[in-house]
Amino acid sequence: MTVSAELELQSFVLLRLGERRFAVPASQIAELVAPSRVFTFPHRTSQIEGVILRRGRIVPVCNVAETLIGKRLTSRRLYLLAVRHYGVQTEWVALPVTGECELINAEMAAAAESDAPHVAGWLSHAGDVIEVLNIDAITPGPGQMRVEGETTDVLEARP
Amino acid sequence: MRVAAPAKPIPVRSEQIIVFRICGELFAVSSASVQEVRSSDSFSGASTEIFAPGLRKVRHVVRRGDRSLFIVSGALHFDLPPSPGTLVFVLRKTRTALLVDGIEKMTAMTRLQSLPLSFCHEERQWYRGLTAIDQTVIPVVHPEGFLSPEELALLDASMPPLASRDGGNAEGTVITS
Repeated sequence: MTVSAELELQSFVLLRLGERRFAVPASQIAELVAPSRVFTFPHRTSQIEGVILRRGRIVPVCNVAETLIGKRLTSRRLYLLAVRHYGVQTEWVALPVTGECELINAEMAAAAESDAPHVAGWLSHAGDVIEVLNIDAITPGPGQMRVEGETTDVLEARP
Repeated sequence: MRVAAPAKPIPVRSEQIIVFRICGELFAVSSASVQEVRSSDSFSGASTEIFAPGLRKVRHVVRRGDRSLFIVSGALHFDLPPSPGTLVFVLRKTRTALLVDGIEKMTAMTRLQSLPLSFCHEERQWYRGLTAIDQTVIPVVHPEGFLSPEELALLDASMPPLASRDGGNAEGTVITS
């Protein structure tokens, strides 16, 4: 392998949803955590199951399985905390996954125009062709809502 | 040798909140936003029925001088199963009286995290943010989030004629400053 070819390699986290595997760039993964209590409250964003508390932060749990494999997960082993971008802001989102995750180095092929918006690219690993997920496209966000001026930092409560 | 003076503790600012229940779900509201807490029985005696097409969550209105307070069913507002409600919170600086099932406790929150941007529908109007109380995450409601300007206009247009309204002037107990 030449030096230039080595430079093309990126780190990815492989995750499992049901029988399928997907990849997320390792740079977009904050943490891998054991399942914890999901707090629910009324809302109308159907992809969000609720929130978990992690290191004092309140992190939304986003079930992407229905979009990716066509069914909800009945069992889960871990939460992958991914970094979601909203313009210049970033937030964590927790993605429930069903199996162990694996860190690999691979070369990503760019997505084609015909690919779904949530596909950032493709990689080949151990005989499988694996979708690389675009976290910003697979998780809900404000869309047309104006995000400037909104803050997601922890605020001090007003007296 | 000088010994460094111990760091002064930074006073923690906090906000008094009322944690309340609707259909088993917990919510919080700033105590400063609640002008009165009344039993629904005493409040409904002074109310008049109102019907606004497409707005099931408001069924009664209370007249107070020149103002009309619309009684909003918290259960229907949050898409929860219908609940009769036992208490009414009159929300300060709004025209909303919120029907709830009960008060869980009064406490203080020291941190309010804004609602994650992944929540991208009506809940952004409903909630000021989220807080953790005793390791439980509770949404903090926005007092102005129960009735939008469009809903208020619809309710105003649906108000029954003054003559048919109950003239009761439901004054309540002020519980907060």
